[in-house]
Amino acid sequence: MSGQGAQDAKFFQRGKIQEFRAELQAAESKDKKFTKRKTVLKKIVANITMGNDMSPLFGDVIQCLGIPSLEIKKMVYLFLVCYGRSKADQIRAVMPNFLQDCEDRNPLIRALAIRTMSYIPAPIVVEELEDPLRHALKDRDPYVRKTAAICVAKLYNADPRKCERNGFVELLRDLLLDTNATVVANAVAALTEIGDRQDGVIFKLNLTVANKLLAAVGESSEWGQIYILDSLLRYVPEKHEDAELMAERVIVQLQHANSAVVLTTIKVLLYLMNYMENRRLMDYICKKMGPPLVTLLSSGPEVQYVALRNILLIIQRRPQVLKNDVKVFFCKYNDPIYVKLAKLEIMYRLAREENAREVLAELQEYASEVDVDFVRKAVRSIGRLAIKVQPAADDCIKALLELIETKVTYVVQEAVIVIKDVFRRYPGRYEGIIPTLCANLDALDEPESKAAMIWIVGQFADRIENADELMDDLTYTFLEEPTEVQLALLSASVKLFIYKSHSDTTKALVHKVLKWATEEVDNPDLRDRGFMYWRLLALSPAAASEVVLAEKPAITTDADRMDRGALDQLLLHTGTLGSIYHKNPETFIRGATASACRARSTRALSTPHPPYCLPGKTARRSPADAGAALAPSASQASTASTSPATQDLLGGEDDGEGEAETEDHDHEDLARAQAVAPASDPYAALDNAFGGHIADAPQHNGDANDDLLF
Amino acid sequence: MISAFFIFNQKGEVLISRLYRTDLKRSIADVFRIQVVSNSDVRSPIITLGSTSFFHVRINNLYIVAVTKCNANAALVFEFCYRFISIAKSYFGKVDEEAVKNNFVLIYELVDEICDFGYPQNSEADTLKSYITTESVMSTNIAPEESSRITVQATGATSWRRGDVKYKKNEAFVDVVENVNLSMSAKGTTLRADVDGHIQMRAYLSGTPECKFGLNDKLVIDKNERGTADAVELDDCRFHQCVRLNEFDSTRTISFIPPDGEFELMRYRATSNVKLPLKVIPSVTEIGTTQVQYVVTIKTNFSNKLSATNVILKIPTPLNTTSVDCKVASGKAKYVPAENVVIWKIPRIQGGQEVTFSAHAALTSTTTRQVWARPPIDVDFQVLMFTASGLIVRFLKVFEKSNYQSIKWVRYLTKASGSYQIRF
Repeated sequence: MSGQGAQDAKFFQRGKIQEFRAELQAAESKDKKFTKRKTVLKKIVANITMGNDMSPLFGDVIQCLGIPSLEIKKMVYLFLVCYGRSKADQIRAVMPNFLQDCEDRNPLIRALAIRTMSYIPAPIVVEELEDPLRHALKDRDPYVRKTAAICVAKLYNADPRKCERNGFVELLRDLLLDTNATVVANAVAALTEIGDRQDGVIFKLNLTVANKLLAAVGESSEWGQIYILDSLLRYVPEKHEDAELMAERVIVQLQHANSAVVLTTIKVLLYLMNYMENRRLMDYICKKMGPPLVTLLSSGPEVQYVALRNILLIIQRRPQVLKNDVKVFFCKYNDPIYVKLAKLEIMYRLAREENAREVLAELQEYASEVDVDFVRKAVRSIGRLAIKVQPAADDCIKALLELIETKVTYVVQEAVIVIKDVFRRYPGRYEGIIPTLCANLDALDEPESKAAMIWIVGQFADRIENADELMDDLTYTFLEEPTEVQLALLSASVKLFIYKSHSDTTKALVHKVLKWATEEVDNPDLRDRGFMYWRLLALSPAAASEVVLAEKPAITTDADRMDRGALDQLLLHTGTLGSIYHKNPETFIRGATASACRARSTRALSTPHPPYCLPGKTARRSPADAGAALAPSASQASTASTSPATQDLLGGEDDGEGEAETEDHDHEDLARAQAVAPASDPYAALDNAFGGHIADAPQHNGDANDDLLF
Repeated sequence: MISAFFIFNQKGEVLISRLYRTDLKRSIADVFRIQVVSNSDVRSPIITLGSTSFFHVRINNLYIVAVTKCNANAALVFEFCYRFISIAKSYFGKVDEEAVKNNFVLIYELVDEICDFGYPQNSEADTLKSYITTESVMSTNIAPEESSRITVQATGATSWRRGDVKYKKNEAFVDVVENVNLSMSAKGTTLRADVDGHIQMRAYLSGTPECKFGLNDKLVIDKNERGTADAVELDDCRFHQCVRLNEFDSTRTISFIPPDGEFELMRYRATSNVKLPLKVIPSVTEIGTTQVQYVVTIKTNFSNKLSATNVILKIPTPLNTTSVDCKVASGKAKYVPAENVVIWKIPRIQGGQEVTFSAHAALTSTTTRQVWARPPIDVDFQVLMFTASGLIVRFLKVFEKSNYQSIKWVRYLTKASGSYQIRF
């Protein structure tokens, strides 16, 4: 290896400005091959890296620009990029050097000059850059043109209006038709950057341009392919055939070695599928998408993580993808924790009657691992599996009881929490295990598990012989408990009283608790609930019984399914941060991207192109439905009903299995779209949709902290 | 896109810091140091604080970090980090603190070249080496004509290959390397067995050779269509960017103009009919609370002309183990208390052979008896001239206008490291 000769580590030492200045001056004489000055510059660069302010050396360093050495030039340029902006008055002195380099015969030097200049957003530099940049955009050398394309984006960032006045955006657009694919790709990247700004020039594609860009994909570098594929979301297909044809051309990129190319291709395909009508093609695309997604799991763990979080979204929207592949998501013992947690979630999603046994066996295995968070999620998943797959419920309950036997506190607590839901899902089937739970009452010290256990005691007080004793013990610490537990205690003691209203102990108990809740506690929720119960019991115990022990709506797993409109919206961000956090970017990224993204995505999906807006026989499922789901028109919204029946349709219909394309189907979709409409913020429910992955949530800091980052 | 690129050492000192955008300050590095480097429990490779996201990849105690302020393409950012690592490997041979510090000026040149304003640019090591070199003399005196050739290559359709490559002897080496993933349940049923394969090529071919490559594969799109018996079913394959994907899609031929030197031609995955080279049969019994008895047998599952080499078994022991008494007929076994495992190393197992390990672990009695989690036994090994998927290279044809003869070599290797796990 040629590189092992370099021994520059010694330069990583803090130095003083004065010393460097003296060394630079001393080096001016007798400096053959400029080695002395090279050494000083290296020390300076090392000091910049270490965070020392080297800007006082500005005047001395730019003296070195005259030296005919590319290595020195690059170091000086690096210095300029770091300090150029803050030394606007002195930067004028280096302009002649820059301008000379812009005229150099060597294309690499020309490109280096405009690239460096555009990194320094000082007004004087921006001013001087205009002419060379205009030339560079038409340079005969593709390398210079591709560099110039990005320069336009930088210039736009520094001074948007000046950039527009100079017609650079138009010049950039011309580059979209360049003969060199790399130039095209960079032009696309620059236009995208500009288009994403709130005040930017809108970047849209028509069919002709989109096809031209697509033709450049084959010859671009992998990064270029990503920029181009990404831009295809700015093209709104007007005919089904256009979308289908384009998908067929894009699909070959799924075989690319770069995971970002694969995920971006998937994003484009999912987007185009919204505009397709050929079901066979859509099925084919879904089938083609699965294997490359699985292959991403043999990349590095970071890319695996990105892939897994995206897979979780994709399988909810297109369940036929990866339907039979649950095994590949089984965790390896040495997977990093973030990969394990993401896999766990997918395993649960893919669990069905056919594979429930295998999945359960895996979950049991994970429940004995070391990482507390992972173990808890595994235990919780066992309970969720019981709720989701009825035939597996018996085995799941058995597994949970075995876990309770381990007496590991966090395992017991997690188990109690899920068992509560299992009771609600299968009333009358598993109450026999209540004594086992009661035996572990002491292990519960977290609010959620404690509240769950109290709920169980209250709800089944008629079957628990010593329920009053248990409740008496539990209420002992009432005033010290967190609100969650207090609320549970309050309801449970009322239930107990209703079941056993003749017992004096329960009467005393409920009286005590009601008195605490209404008189000793400051929490308004608790107080109000206390008063409500009290009056209810005072007025009519029979009515109280009806209210408190009313039949509860059955628990289903539909609640953790994401809303279809939200999913579609998120899938437009496949592969990006938004798809990892399962949040729309505008909810966690401050600034320009927000409205631009929303404008783009809604524009893309809501464009109600005349032929597809026609209701009735010609109404096609996808475009109409996609449009309606995301941007319900006012009339639809006003007729929307929130009755439970419509709500049920939401969860009940499984998109992937709908084979027949009937009129009914269309109505159902419409109904669904309307049901979605009333919720003003369709993403409001997203946070709890996934049982709150803490590791996966971006941390929202207050403004104070955010400023710290600046 | 990427706003800044950093390299940190293990102590959180900045070794490289390059800002691509003005939306961040250099001091952002401190935030990463506090949030990730000095945090002992990092649970995600991405940390988002406010609108700022830190992506990091660890290698040899270094943190390669990219910072973004937008809804960045996460896959792209990580691929960029991986690519930086592979370029650095190709330039310096290794990527560690010493190499980074010794070459920091060159790294600054590289990160300026491979990423512009946060958009990754051409990052083919072979092309980069023609104009970003460690010998400064060379880069100073590049003639303009030479530069034009470089720029055309760096932006061209075959950005990965120089046009003027010449070899006296034209050779191509093909390595088919398969990683076997196995997860065996305690009951001895296979939970998961699949192969991650890649085909590594070293091409030392003159001019602009056009290559065609053939395997005994069959890409399965729909599991229901079963095909010819001898064809190996691949679930998926991915190719180096030199492979013409359109052609593969329509005719299933792998044709390409290779980069000069070593590169990964393709990656594939196979899940059906995986031949497991080693069968491991563990029997672990806990006797009371003070002893554990081990008997582990390895059986080979390949022809006796072949052999498995560098076989390493990591057999877990309970946390409160005091000593382990091992008996092995072949290889060496040693208890490593720091990792709570017995490591059994066997230099070579011939096909058809069977080897056994038996041991006796003594435990201290503990007051808090926690259940032993029983992590799986991990097996590492290599088997030359064997593919677990059954994949075979049918042909490699090289066409070049000067019509030279070329010699091709094919080698097969099946291995496992950290992914061959047997529960007990």
